[in-house]
Amino acid sequence: MTAAPSDARPALAGRARMSPRRRAQASRRVQYAILVLIVVAVAVTADWGRVGSAFFNPESIRAIASRLPQAALNTITYTGAAFSVGLALGLVLALMKLSTVRVYRVLATGYIEFFRGIPALLVVFAFGYGIPAALEVRFESVILPIALALGMVSAAYIAETIRAGIQAVPKGQVEAARSLGMSARSTLTHVVVPQALRIVLPPLTNEAVLLTKDTSLVFALGLTPATYELTRLGRGALSEADGGMTSILAVGVMYLLITIPLSSLTRWLERTTGYKGHV
Amino acid sequence: MSASAPGPVVEIAGLHKSFGEREVLRGIDLTVHQGEVVCIIGASGSGKSTLLRCINLLEQPTAGTIRVLGTEVTDPDVDIDKVRTHVGMVFQQFNLFPHRSVLENCTLAQRQVLHRSKAEAEAVAMKNLEHVGLADRANSAPGQLSGGQQQRVAIARALSMDPALMLFDEPTSALDPELVGEVLAVMRTLAEEGMTMLVVTHEMIFAREVGDRVIFLDDGVVLEEGPPDQVLGAPREERTQAFLRRVLDPTHIDPA
Repeated sequence: MTAAPSDARPALAGRARMSPRRRAQASRRVQYAILVLIVVAVAVTADWGRVGSAFFNPESIRAIASRLPQAALNTITYTGAAFSVGLALGLVLALMKLSTVRVYRVLATGYIEFFRGIPALLVVFAFGYGIPAALEVRFESVILPIALALGMVSAAYIAETIRAGIQAVPKGQVEAARSLGMSARSTLTHVVVPQALRIVLPPLTNEAVLLTKDTSLVFALGLTPATYELTRLGRGALSEADGGMTSILAVGVMYLLITIPLSSLTRWLERTTGYKGHV
Repeated sequence: MSASAPGPVVEIAGLHKSFGEREVLRGIDLTVHQGEVVCIIGASGSGKSTLLRCINLLEQPTAGTIRVLGTEVTDPDVDIDKVRTHVGMVFQQFNLFPHRSVLENCTLAQRQVLHRSKAEAEAVAMKNLEHVGLADRANSAPGQLSGGQQQRVAIARALSMDPALMLFDEPTSALDPELVGEVLAVMRTLAEEGMTMLVVTHEMIFAREVGDRVIFLDDGVVLEEGPPDQVLGAPREERTQAFLRRVLDPTHIDPA
């Protein structure tokens, strides 16, 4: 082994033409300049009067204001119902996918591939018209077909999320529980699933947010004004005289009022159910 | 067939274990008697951990028989969960349940497996936590403890099941050097109280002072076995001597 120390002094003798710090400064200046140019261009070319009346028309907000709370409530109800179905079915599918029985694995994989591969709208149509006609059943409430249609689709995604969460729990956890004499089922319910659920909390909220937006697909079921959700309300307002872009914007804001708190809820849950320290 | 009956605690005969093509254990015979402390040493990859994990069936042996407390665990129809309640195991990585408190770590299996009442399970857990010197941390989360403390909780968790045999799989290998002592001290106390122990370890001083017998495992077979003073002090086999030189004098190894 040759261990003669090499001398790097000559190579470092010259001064760098531009230090990394100066280069970063120059790069930031260019980025700010581009931003200012774009803002100025938009401010000069836009017709502000027209934008104001189209996007922020108080008349059109007043026209739908009284119906907004009910529509928002319907959106939340549909989301909650569909998510309940999706979570329960998703957990079952995830456990099926991890089962030692091959048939269960094949069934779960088939279900997941099928419902992930077809448009959710198609499933909504199926529950709205296809199934009632084929099986001669009638859904009394609109909530049931919504929960089933959207829940069955989201279950496919939730199943994969939960399966990944279960597999992310370290193998040593299972070994520790089993070495104490705990059965496979007891290990699953007391050691694996509680830890897996915490791991999947963020992606699960993501599913809830996606589902909130997917409730807009239920227009295909033919709603009555009492069962309008937000998107259906906004679409109806479009065709009214004082509707237009403002009502679409108002409905969009309502969606944000639902989805943004959902994200804060996850952060709060992560904090309160989190483990203290690191293991 | 009760645990108190005379006869060996562990009897292993002709144990083989392969992972695919690779044969990790190649015919192990080993008997451990009541109250004995057996230390298993050997190079990395020699099969020490696999041997230990075969005893409570965390690994399924490929061939051979293993009897634990009189029950043949290699019988395909063995009630392994029942056997495991009498065999405590301590892992290199502690494997405490991070979502449960220290106390709950020690009561979970008592409640689920032994169906003890909450009060009884907590009393047993507290007694064992006191034993390892951590009664005051009962309500802490595992993540709030140091590595040495976590490993002592893991020992208390295993002891809470009142095991007849304890398996230690390199219990101090993941610890900072200054935390090794507190874990070894707990293990020494346990040995002095008469617990039957199988310890896979690199702590030669522990093996020498606490072990009743040392087993040198080399390439899947027991190459040398005997009292610590003989195996560690005056090893007969060339490979045992080479291994001990590598462990005890690591800066003077010829890399070739």
